[in-house]
Amino acid sequence: MQIFKPASGSSATAIQKSVVNKLNFYYGGYQALKNIDMVVHEKQVTALIGPSGCGKSTFLRCFNRMHDLYPHNRYEGEIILHPDNENILSPEVDPIEVRMRISMVFQKPNPFPKSIFENVAYGLRIRGVKRRSILEERVENALRNAALWGEVKNRLGDLAFNLSGGQQQRLCIARALATDPEILLFDEPTSALDPIATASIEELISDLRNKVTILIVTHNMQQAARVSDYTAYMYMGELIEFGATDTIFIKPKNKQTEDYITGRFG
Amino acid sequence: MPTPDTHHSPKNLRHNYKRYLKERTIELLLFLAASLSVFITFAIIYLLVSESLVFFEHVSLWDFLTDTQWTPLFDDAHYGILPLVSGTAISSLVALVIALPFGTIIAIYLSEFAPFAVREIAKPFLELLGGIPTVVYGYFALLFVTPLLQTILPGLPGFSLLSAGLVMGIMIIPYVSSMTEDAMRSVPMHLREGSYAIGATRFQTAIKVVMPASLSGIAAAYILGISRAVGETMVVAIAAGMQPNLVWNPMEPAATITTYIVQVSLGDLPHGSIGYQTIFAAGLTLLLLTLVFNILGHLLRKRYREVY
Repeated sequence: MQIFKPASGSSATAIQKSVVNKLNFYYGGYQALKNIDMVVHEKQVTALIGPSGCGKSTFLRCFNRMHDLYPHNRYEGEIILHPDNENILSPEVDPIEVRMRISMVFQKPNPFPKSIFENVAYGLRIRGVKRRSILEERVENALRNAALWGEVKNRLGDLAFNLSGGQQQRLCIARALATDPEILLFDEPTSALDPIATASIEELISDLRNKVTILIVTHNMQQAARVSDYTAYMYMGELIEFGATDTIFIKPKNKQTEDYITGRFG
Repeated sequence: MPTPDTHHSPKNLRHNYKRYLKERTIELLLFLAASLSVFITFAIIYLLVSESLVFFEHVSLWDFLTDTQWTPLFDDAHYGILPLVSGTAISSLVALVIALPFGTIIAIYLSEFAPFAVREIAKPFLELLGGIPTVVYGYFALLFVTPLLQTILPGLPGFSLLSAGLVMGIMIIPYVSSMTEDAMRSVPMHLREGSYAIGATRFQTAIKVVMPASLSGIAAAYILGISRAVGETMVVAIAAGMQPNLVWNPMEPAATITTYIVQVSLGDLPHGSIGYQTIFAAGLTLLLLTLVFNILGHLLRKRYREVY
């Protein structure tokens, strides 16, 4: 295992969970990501920021091979996952195995048309878990970790759609947590929520940082500053600057990053 | 009343009567067009009910529903609808055993698995299958499917509910698959992605997420399939024989409600005779049967309303 010392020294030394090497991504003939190099630190929160269309969501969706669902998409380069030291973009790697370990939470809460319990149990059931006692224990744990247990413990059989938007999003987080993923990807998880629900999700992300490695795409810079340990600024498919969040927000090296963060652009 | 050249006078904020009249006329025409279909529906119901009342003056409702023989044209006349209902039920059941599973499987494949190019080719072909005249299906059943079945089931008569039902099933597949596929495709992609993102396969996603999410649409497709099977006339008239037998064995010939109506309508029974009146009672029964399925479909749709 490699040890990485962050530039600012504000965070403790961190273990590398994933290393991105010369990543290019193409939607058919259109190149959406250009030559990206980056490091994801274990049990830290890494934020991806940048203006709309800069490729931050596209980059995030490479980590669990979501692009494989649609035709004419092509990856080049590597995303190495540790401790396996395997390139998850390699054609020999099964995207389903990748998604078993790298889970995702989306922009819009997307609970399934099932009960609260079955939503959280879904990932376990598709992995073949059948024992009621195990399911109940794991569902409760996941809901506790998603700070939702207290609100739903008496109505686990209710349809998930009856929850509020913020509760639905925490349910989706619980669903992603139930299978103990190593990395959790958040794609603008609060953009469809009101400020109070947003605050609860942000708090949750801060709580989760000790349990799981987190990558979060956000268009809200304050959010990135609040929740993340590391920040990557992207523009037009390129990674412009990457470093400890404190450094990026207080004294960015790149003029473009500074303009974006101070609101002069984007 | 404003004249057209008052555009810049203060009056131009008032009602423009010319436009108002034009709008009202268009609205009225649209309303009349919409009313026409409602009117025709009620006219048909009125005709069936009033003519059936004449029938029920001669035959008690109890006999109609419980008598096991349907021989209105014999000297010893019996008016029990059960034989026709059994023929309808058996042929429909055979058809649905074919149409619902195959229609669903095709829909799952086209909606969740098929590459774009395959879907673009397969869908028009399926819809073409739905455009073949039913009389062609009837002869296909009588002259191709029945002899084929007879090689496997030597005891099968030349006319049978089995053969007619099978072909009817094939005929209904496109309706079921097309509507089911539309329902499944309308499930938003972000719901599927949620399933894929935690490691589900395409099949797991299709069965455990997409199908439950599109249940009301699928129920509507099934109900339409059932309604078509119950109301289908030509295939059963040609391939199932027209004897009104009270049978529950699909390997026998029998008449259905629809084929009986065809038979009497083609014959030269005098209007107003009790034999002639029977077709209205039979028609009313058919209408009520399909109405029950439509209401059932409506209730299912409400029960499993899509909420994404």
